[in-house]
Parts: sequence; structure tokens; C-alpha cells
Amino acid sequence: MTSQERTFQVDIWRGDENGEYQPFEVPERENQTVLDVVTYIQRHLDPALAYRFACRVGVCGSCAMTVNGRPRWTCRTHVSRVVKNGKLTIAPLTNLPVIRDLVTDMTPFFEKWRDARGRFVAGDGPKNELAPVEPESNERAAASEAIECINCGVCYSACDVVSWRDDYLGPAALNRAWAAWNDVRDGDRTGILKAVSQGTGCHTCHTHQSCAEHCPVALNPTFSIAGLKRASLKAKLKGQLR
Amino acid sequence: MSISGLTRASRAHPGFVAALIHRLSGLALAIFLPLHFLMLGLALDEAAFSGAVAWSNQPLVKISEALMVSALAVHFAGGLRLLAVEFLGLTRAQGAWIAGCFAFGGGVGILFLMRAF
Repeated sequence: MTSQERTFQVDIWRGDENGEYQPFEVPERENQTVLDVVTYIQRHLDPALAYRFACRVGVCGSCAMTVNGRPRWTCRTHVSRVVKNGKLTIAPLTNLPVIRDLVTDMTPFFEKWRDARGRFVAGDGPKNELAPVEPESNERAAASEAIECINCGVCYSACDVVSWRDDYLGPAALNRAWAAWNDVRDGDRTGILKAVSQGTGCHTCHTHQSCAEHCPVALNPTFSIAGLKRASLKAKLKGQLR
Repeated sequence: MSISGLTRASRAHPGFVAALIHRLSGLALAIFLPLHFLMLGLALDEAAFSGAVAWSNQPLVKISEALMVSALAVHFAGGLRLLAVEFLGLTRAQGAWIAGCFAFGGGVGILFLMRAF
């Protein structure tokens, strides 16, 4: 860093849940992303800083953090867009256990994907038989709107209901379950509704729409969850859920 | 961690504001309703009821009533919006729908005030 360079202050969370913010001075760069800032600090100012990233281009979903109070994908967030009064505050995602510094333990997040039964279950048909999926069908259109999730955890961190009830399945897992339920090839679609409608599943959502507001890839988990509510209600009325 | 609280930045969006107003208006209505029924109960005693009616004719009480009517209208409209989201798949322009609910609540309150004075 030369003396002519313009710098700005970055406060970074250090330690575990009981840690504190540590200030750093970071030089301004053109087209600088928040991930660039964190990487600069780790490479030039404090090599002990723990953070997580992989692709740097918004595909892997590894680098989500809380930036000035909002959960964001840091690799696609330009500093110029989020800096406030010449300052950045970067913390780990909320609603997840903090391992160290900016790294959270994503285990509960992915366990809920499993619990919401978001995986494909093959049906009974012969393996060499192609299942027809009409491109214009309602199910295919609904599935198209719910796929492309990058598992970054931003919606999970933004969700008020998760912050109130840590056993709530959360928007990402339920969004995945909605995409899976709309896959007409699935051999146990009722099983998905059973998984998401019991306990603290889809009916726990309060429709605040924070997940949709913050999703970096513009998905709308709130409406996926509303779809699951409707589908499970219909299944319940038909006596398919017990 | 210190990223919490009602005013945290991640909550600064129409959906959260709508949810907050919906709960607060619901709470206000829940507190108001027993008092409302209590006053209706006074109708059995003419003198007491006349006193209550005279009390409710004060400007500040009328303004409070307008606020309650607004709360009822915004709660009603907000509830319909939520039902439309959940049962009719209303997915687009949520900010505009939420603004419409607030405008409806405010408008009904203003109409009430215009008739009250």
C-alpha cells in the first residue's frame, strides 16, 4: 500500500459467537468486490483470517457473508454499491453457528435439505422407460422457477422464522422440496409433502419474503413455500397425509 | 453476534414492514375489542351509555377511533393479500400490493375522520 492510495475502513468479525469486530484499512480498487476486500486482508494484513470461497463468480455459493447488516454473496457484490459512509462491516452469516471469523458451520442448513426430502426418488417403472415431462405443464414451469439455487445460505440467514425457531426447515430446503415435488417423475411425491408439512415445515413460514428479497439469484422461496402449503392442504383434504 | 434487532438492515424491505404492521394492527385490535364490547355492554344502562357516548365525542378519542379503523382496514387488506399469496399464487409486484394495502388503510381512516368531524 502506497501513501497516495485512498483507503477505507473495514470492520471484520473475529472469533466465534463471542468474538468482536476488528478494524482494517484497505486500499480502494476499481471494481472491487467484498470478497476482494476479505482476500486482501487475509493476504496482506492478517493471514489468520478465516473465510470461505471457491469459484469467485457466483456459482458455488460458498462466500456468503453479512455485509453492512445484510446477507450477500460477496464475490458478486461491488464495494461501491454497499459501502456506507466510507465503511464496510463484514460478519459471518446469521442463523448458523460460527466456527471462526467469517466461517459458519453449514451442517444444520444441509441437514434440513435432507429432512425436507429434496432428493429425487425413482418410481417403479422400468429403468429404460423415458418419463414424459411436458415443457408447458404447470409442474415444469413451477420447477423451472425454483431451480438454480446455489445453496449459499443467504435466504436462511435472512429468514426471521429461522432466527425464532432453529428447527424450522427454512426457505432453501423448502424451495428445493417444491422443485422436487414438481418433478412428475418422482416416485414418492406424497412423501415430500409428508416431510415438509409436519412439525416446523412449510406451515411455519410467516410470508415475510425476506428470502425472496435477498436471494442473489432472484429465486422466490416464499412462493415455493406457498405452493407446498397449497399442495399439502389438498393432500390432507384427500386423506393422503396422515 | 451483534447483527440482530428490529431495525437490522436485512429487514428493510416491504415484506417485513407489511408483516410488522399486520402484527401491530392485529395486536391493537385485540386490545381494543374487549373495551369495545365493554362499551356496548353499557347500552343496558342508559345514563352510563350516554356518558360513554359523550366521552367518545372528544376530538382526541375520535382521532384514536380513526386510527383503530385504519388498523382494521390495513389488517383486513393485508390479510387478503396474504391469502392471495398463499392460495392464489399471487407472485408479482408485492411492493405495489403492500403499498396498496397501506393506502387502503390510510384512506379508510381519513374517510372516517371526514365523517366524524
